[in-house]
Amino acid sequence: MKKVEIITRTFKLDDIKAALSEIGIKGMTVSEVKGFGRQGGHKEVYRGAEYQVDFVVKVKIEVVVEDARVTDVIGAATKAARTGQVGDGKIFVIPVEEVVRIRTGETGDAAV
Amino acid sequence: MNAADTAFVLICSALVMFMTPGLGLFYGGMVRSKNVLATIMQSFILVGLVSVLWAVAGYTLAFGKDVGGVIGNLDFLFLNGVGMTAGPYSDTIPHLAFMIFQCMFAVITPALITGAFAERMKFGGFLVFSTLWIFVVYAPMAHWVWGKGWMAEMGALDFAGGAVVHMSSAAAALAAAVVLGKRKGYGHMPFIPHNLPMTVLGAAILWFGWFGFNAGSALAADGFAANAFVTTHLAAAAAALSWIFMEWRHSGKATTLGAASGAVAGLVAITPAAGFVTPMPAIFIGLVGGALCFGGILLKGKLGYDDSLDVVGVHGVGGTWGAIATGLFASINKAQGLFYGNPSQLWIQLASVAATWAFCFTASLILFKLVDATIGLRASADEEDRGLDLSQHNETGYQA
Repeated sequence: MKKVEIITRTFKLDDIKAALSEIGIKGMTVSEVKGFGRQGGHKEVYRGAEYQVDFVVKVKIEVVVEDARVTDVIGAATKAARTGQVGDGKIFVIPVEEVVRIRTGETGDAAV
Repeated sequence: MNAADTAFVLICSALVMFMTPGLGLFYGGMVRSKNVLATIMQSFILVGLVSVLWAVAGYTLAFGKDVGGVIGNLDFLFLNGVGMTAGPYSDTIPHLAFMIFQCMFAVITPALITGAFAERMKFGGFLVFSTLWIFVVYAPMAHWVWGKGWMAEMGALDFAGGAVVHMSSAAAALAAAVVLGKRKGYGHMPFIPHNLPMTVLGAAILWFGWFGFNAGSALAADGFAANAFVTTHLAAAAAALSWIFMEWRHSGKATTLGAASGAVAGLVAITPAAGFVTPMPAIFIGLVGGALCFGGILLKGKLGYDDSLDVVGVHGVGGTWGAIATGLFASINKAQGLFYGNPSQLWIQLASVAATWAFCFTASLILFKLVDATIGLRASADEEDRGLDLSQHNETGYQA
């Protein structure tokens, strides 16, 4: 099992959710995060005073899937999230040791 | 006694009361989220504190019978003799109505100062300072201008509080910035407003309440009230426009905070003039007021003092401009300014501006130093880091 972590533009969340649902993904965890990468921050101006805001708000989508489905998930998410501009974000794939469905106690692929 | 006047002044008193919590929202949105409640509290609790002080002794010091042009006597201590019949300041409304209308002005004035020491003041120090300030600075100022004191005798025009409310609070704000020093991290950390929709709502409440402030200052439901209502509205409208055009040129974009700040700047600028000028000069006063106040807040960065929410830039610059503009454009209500053939009015206005700044700054500076030396003004570094909501009040504005 792998966890696929997609960090990307907030306004792409709905597109990615739709694309992942399309390929049969049944659940995900979403959070609002802040960070910076090559895109850097942006400036904000309040009463004439300029501030550099380094942390950009992004959305993080976490999906845990069987190993065989990782490529599909990455493909669907990449297609949905890409704009071609700096700041599209990154996808991380992380091995998952164990999954437990709390209600039934099922483990492994059956619990995903 | 006149029923319409009485009804009008009571309604206007309620409008002015609403401005102070509105000011709390205006300021509250501009601070960081860890200080939102402490900032709102500093306005809100003054409705409590100053109202009581006013009824007990503030009103009589401001509006009791004149003693040497300087202060009111103690005839109205504990509101003795302030009753349901007309008082010495208006034949057409109950003395109590006049007293409560004036009470709301006394409430909002120290609340304006809180913008200067936002995000770093101890709650106890703030309460003690505000108490002293009402008796030592506000009551004399109100007496001099509206209580038949020396500024009124000199012929200074201040319809609704350019000097009494705005210059006085701005001078105290400057003293606060000097005594308290900068917030931790000021200049090398971003201080970004945490909730501008709250600030815009606050500005809207201020604008709404200001109709009571200025039109109500006519103390009658008459043509002068209508004139003050219109001049107030037009100046606010014009200043909102001139501020955003100034900042558009200066930093590339018009901002919501700029529109809200500009409207308030225009309201400040027209306050001393509202009952003495006609609508077209009011538009001019607003246009210039918005632009000057925008310049005022830019100047803060250059001078390097930390008047957190620009009390000096908005109320000091706007109030001063309004007082001078009154000396230029006054043309109704038995007043004439320079452009209407009375150059001496301008000199009187300038003298009242200088005296107001000098007295209010010096007296406020002494009061701040006094409170600082006794119970302390500034929150500890650790309290400031944790935020005043938690460190001063044991609560937080937002749950995660």
